[in-house]
Amino acid sequence: MNATGIGAAVRRKEDYRFITGKGCYTDDISRPGEVRAIFVRSPHAHARIRAIETAAARTLPGVLAVLTGADLAADKIGNLICGWMIHSKDGSPMKMAPHPALAATKVCFVGDPIAVIVAETSAQARDAAEKVKVDYDILAAVTDPAAAQAKGAALIHEIAPNNTIYQWHLGDAKAADAALATARHVVALDIRNNRLVPNAIEPRAAIGEYDSGSGKYSLWNTTQNPHVARLVISAFVGVAPEHKLRVVAPDVGGGFGSKIFIYPEEVVCLWAARKVDRPVKWVCDRSEAFLADAHGRDHVTHAQMGFDGDGRITGLRVRTIANLGAYMSTFSSSVPTYLYATLLAGQYDIPAIYCAVDAVYTNSGPVDAYRGAGRPEATFVVERLMEVGARVLGIDPADLRKRNFIRKFPHQTPVIMNYDAGDYHASLKKALDMAQSRDFNKRKRESARNGKLRGIGYCAYIEACGIAPSQAVGSLGAGVGLWESAEVRVNPTGSVEVLTGCHQHGQGHETTFAQVVAERLGIPIDNVAIVHGDTDAVQFGMGTYGSRSAAVGLSAVVKALDKIEAKAKKIAAHLLEAAEADIVFADGRFSVSGTDKSVAWGEVTLQAYVAHKFSGQELEPGLKEGAFYDPTNFTFPAGCHICEVEIDPETGATRIVAWTAIDDFGTVINPMIVEGQVHGGIAQGIGQALLEGVVYDDNAQLVTGSFMDYSLPRADDLPSYNVGMTVTKCPGNPLGIKGCGEAGAIAAPAAVINAITDAIGSEDIAMPATPQAVWAAVRKANMGRKAA
Amino acid sequence: MPAATLTVNGKAVTADVDPRTLLVQFLRENLRLTGTHVGCDTSQCGACVVHVNGRAVKSCSILVAQAVGANVLTIEGLAPSATQLHPMQEAFRENHGLQCGYCTPGMIMTAVDMVNRIGHDLDDKTIRHELEGNLCRCTGYHNIVKSIAAGAKAMAAGGGVRRAAE
Amino acid sequence: MYAFTYNRASGLRQAQNMIAKLDEPKLLAGGQSLLPAMKLRLASHANLIDLGRVEGLAGIELKGRSLLIGAMTRHFEVATSPVVRQAIPALAQLAGQIGDPAVRHMGTLGGSLANNDPNADYPAGALGLGATIITNRRRIAADEFFKGMFETALEPDEIITRVSFPLPKKAGYMKFPNPASRFALVGVFVCKRGSEIRVAVTGAGTAGVFRVGTFEEALKKRFSPKSLEGLTIPADGMSSDIHGSAEYRAHLVGVMARRAVAAAVG
Repeated sequence: MNATGIGAAVRRKEDYRFITGKGCYTDDISRPGEVRAIFVRSPHAHARIRAIETAAARTLPGVLAVLTGADLAADKIGNLICGWMIHSKDGSPMKMAPHPALAATKVCFVGDPIAVIVAETSAQARDAAEKVKVDYDILAAVTDPAAAQAKGAALIHEIAPNNTIYQWHLGDAKAADAALATARHVVALDIRNNRLVPNAIEPRAAIGEYDSGSGKYSLWNTTQNPHVARLVISAFVGVAPEHKLRVVAPDVGGGFGSKIFIYPEEVVCLWAARKVDRPVKWVCDRSEAFLADAHGRDHVTHAQMGFDGDGRITGLRVRTIANLGAYMSTFSSSVPTYLYATLLAGQYDIPAIYCAVDAVYTNSGPVDAYRGAGRPEATFVVERLMEVGARVLGIDPADLRKRNFIRKFPHQTPVIMNYDAGDYHASLKKALDMAQSRDFNKRKRESARNGKLRGIGYCAYIEACGIAPSQAVGSLGAGVGLWESAEVRVNPTGSVEVLTGCHQHGQGHETTFAQVVAERLGIPIDNVAIVHGDTDAVQFGMGTYGSRSAAVGLSAVVKALDKIEAKAKKIAAHLLEAAEADIVFADGRFSVSGTDKSVAWGEVTLQAYVAHKFSGQELEPGLKEGAFYDPTNFTFPAGCHICEVEIDPETGATRIVAWTAIDDFGTVINPMIVEGQVHGGIAQGIGQALLEGVVYDDNAQLVTGSFMDYSLPRADDLPSYNVGMTVTKCPGNPLGIKGCGEAGAIAAPAAVINAITDAIGSEDIAMPATPQAVWAAVRKANMGRKAA
Repeated sequence: MPAATLTVNGKAVTADVDPRTLLVQFLRENLRLTGTHVGCDTSQCGACVVHVNGRAVKSCSILVAQAVGANVLTIEGLAPSATQLHPMQEAFRENHGLQCGYCTPGMIMTAVDMVNRIGHDLDDKTIRHELEGNLCRCTGYHNIVKSIAAGAKAMAAGGGVRRAAE
Repeated sequence: MYAFTYNRASGLRQAQNMIAKLDEPKLLAGGQSLLPAMKLRLASHANLIDLGRVEGLAGIELKGRSLLIGAMTRHFEVATSPVVRQAIPALAQLAGQIGDPAVRHMGTLGGSLANNDPNADYPAGALGLGATIITNRRRIAADEFFKGMFETALEPDEIITRVSFPLPKKAGYMKFPNPASRFALVGVFVCKRGSEIRVAVTGAGTAGVFRVGTFEEALKKRFSPKSLEGLTIPADGMSSDIHGSAEYRAHLVGVMARRAVAAAVG
């Protein structure tokens, strides 16, 4: 292994700027003459807009413009869209309601933007925002997905009767029914997968700018996928043509999915910049982010799993209602369908699966992909059923899993996915050993002596990452292809710039991508620069989400490097006056096989650009190659997490006392970075299980609207993690990578809840398992025991 | 408000600003020291932590007017020189104590303050408790805790500690 | 924030004059509650009077059988003061649990008491210890000072200067934090001074900090956690929100009281 090559824990190249305060996030950028935008938002969850009075706001000092939905319409600015078409089981297309960037006739959730104030300072804009008077006709509202389809529920969009966006299904209903009917045991669970707010610590921000000289627009934006933003804003919203719009995603302070989507605010900043002929900046406040960022999860599910007398799973039937909020966000439709039901086989050989999903509108913030997106929900269903099944059948939960593991690959599940490689036994075994599960009962007794309840919980998860094969997602309704691009530009001095369509917002691509390039070309890692996040620099790309950057983006880089090597060999052969086929490239030198003749990388790169020794037409000067890589299958990271909790039954407080994570991510480029991704994912999963959960009150007002009421995990809420790996290489891409970004968030919730239910001896606990909830569950369980 | 003077990273600066200007706004917008970040509006996230007269404070919850005459140290002034990092900065890099980098300046300023108050031998529990006012969404804190423990030791080993008050 | 005028007082008299003369005056102590509220435009004041440079308002002093702490003394100073740790360790522990380290560097005793946030820690300490709040005009017993949520006995032109805490024989504070805000969901301060027993609860009541007579009576017989076993308080009058129902809070008052007594007796 090279000291900085694949497998080396290279310290991150990008860190220097962050630890010295020299990072450059969107709000750190100040454009000459920039002014500020503040949005006027609806205080009501559901209301008709009778009139908007802006005259008083316009006259305040510093105010340059007060713009409303009527102005958007007058300028023929299009609606925001959801880019993944889902068809209902009756064949009808999903009911996508119009989503204007500024609501003109009706507001559908608290926080729905109605108008924008553009002023010299944000204080002036805020003052003016308070002077905008809106005459509302308040309507009844609904936020609970389980209530949204009921007769008499408030109708949010005319296009969607019963607030139903689609009624979709996957799998074989008859086979699943038959399997359950003949099963020896059927385990059933009602599950609410709690709604979460992603809460990247950097709030969203945007600066729109218009150059009247060139007619060119620029947008600096906190986005995970600048090219997709440019495509949607030009092709659908129509603010600017694609070739006249530059989108820059500078340093971005965390995304977790929430910065994938195309939001009203960035569209409005861009549009308003032309109207006021000044750069327009908007920076989201945290309280505003709670309202305006796309949330995650929010499923209501009833699931049944059948087992035969030997503990083998016979079938699985799942019915889910998914809350998509007030409008369909960019990729929202795909999350509770193809990112969810397709993973319901888990790590198990399940003969029959059927899943029906209704997506509904409610008067709540839009819901879209959040770290894991669909896969945490699927894993939670499967792994809770397995744990409860083990308890009902009286089989050790690890043994029950072993009995059902898929053993042969490739494995076709009944729900589309074809698992290419894995070794689920290996990760379970390693996890059990590392967690010292054999001594658990001893630890449980020790806890009991201190008046504490101890529990252990397993989660053997699987996910589909490397999103995604374009042909596959196209057939499933995606509006875009999900390949990735790369361009390798070699400079005359031998240093290299790699342009990628992926975008890093914490993942460390500037290091991992450089590791691969430096090793391949035999050059120092410091001579490699990764360029990303600017549509003027990178031709096109799909961005970063779905644990796709290494599996898809880096594969594109490898493909481009193949071309670079081929071209460089041509040049070397020319310089060495040898046959191209005889050139061997290793450790940064081109040699003629079987001779001592060689030429260094730097000499080849220089000659590529001076071209003095090239003769006429046979060799083109320069050394730059591009590649588009489109995978043929998803990748399937999998693993086993084990959580141990200790509960104070008097207060209900749960402490996680041990965490073991064994993951199979295929080839690992940088184990330090991969472990960091695992840590962060687990923390978000623990957050979902113990702390986080959106609450709307009876008037559809957001109760958890700030960190005062929404519990974001702090350092002392979380344990240290024992992280380990097993490796089966992914056969589908050149480096064998599966992806690691979401695993922790997918595995953790079920592991935690399995541990808590083990500790309290009751399955009756919902997420988040707050102290109050656990206390109540313990009390109820105790009462039940007394009564019995 | 009359123009106010204070010292930021060793340099005297004058603030002639609206009274409602928070210290963080003054640092970011007037001095263009954008390493100090804003991540919430309820004084909880700690992305804005700087040192005022040698103590960590949340620069989003203090008016620049309150800091008149004070010594302010920000992340940009922490390294002893342009070529040398502060040991706590180095520890964060060495231990992968950051991912997106947004909470990092506040974490590092809090960590240095922690060492200044409590000492160089910091156990896991103490560090986690002391981080009550700093939120990170990327790292799960594991490597931040590791970084701070290592940074604290490195500071004892003679790494330059510069406090604005000194 | 809404616009305001910033006024810096250099002395107590000047601060008093400013209150008298200025329109909509508001005292600015540590600002850790006031400024966040103003930032969110939940509070608006035409004039802020900064007490940060007023001479003589900060400091810790043991005088006879009382601990005197200046109103502008920061939580950090109280938490780490050897004098406080020696005289009333439970008070130092309480101060060390307010907010977070950076907030404790700014927040003040006087500011916290004057604000009387129903979930704040200091009101429990002051009421539990039977402190006397000393202002520029008078001395107010803690039992008379707290008048419900965010309400105190302070007159509009009254400024807290010091707080006198009579030394207890034994005292303890136990807090169960709100998982999100980390303010007290329930905090119980217990104190024994001769035959006097005080049990003060913050976070739980709809009317702010309050004492629990039944617990005090039980502890008078014997100052031991055992004396409180099986005792609870009624859920009536308890706050209820997503973090804790009235019933849960009432239950926690019992648990935290027992643990506070256990801490007090060591």
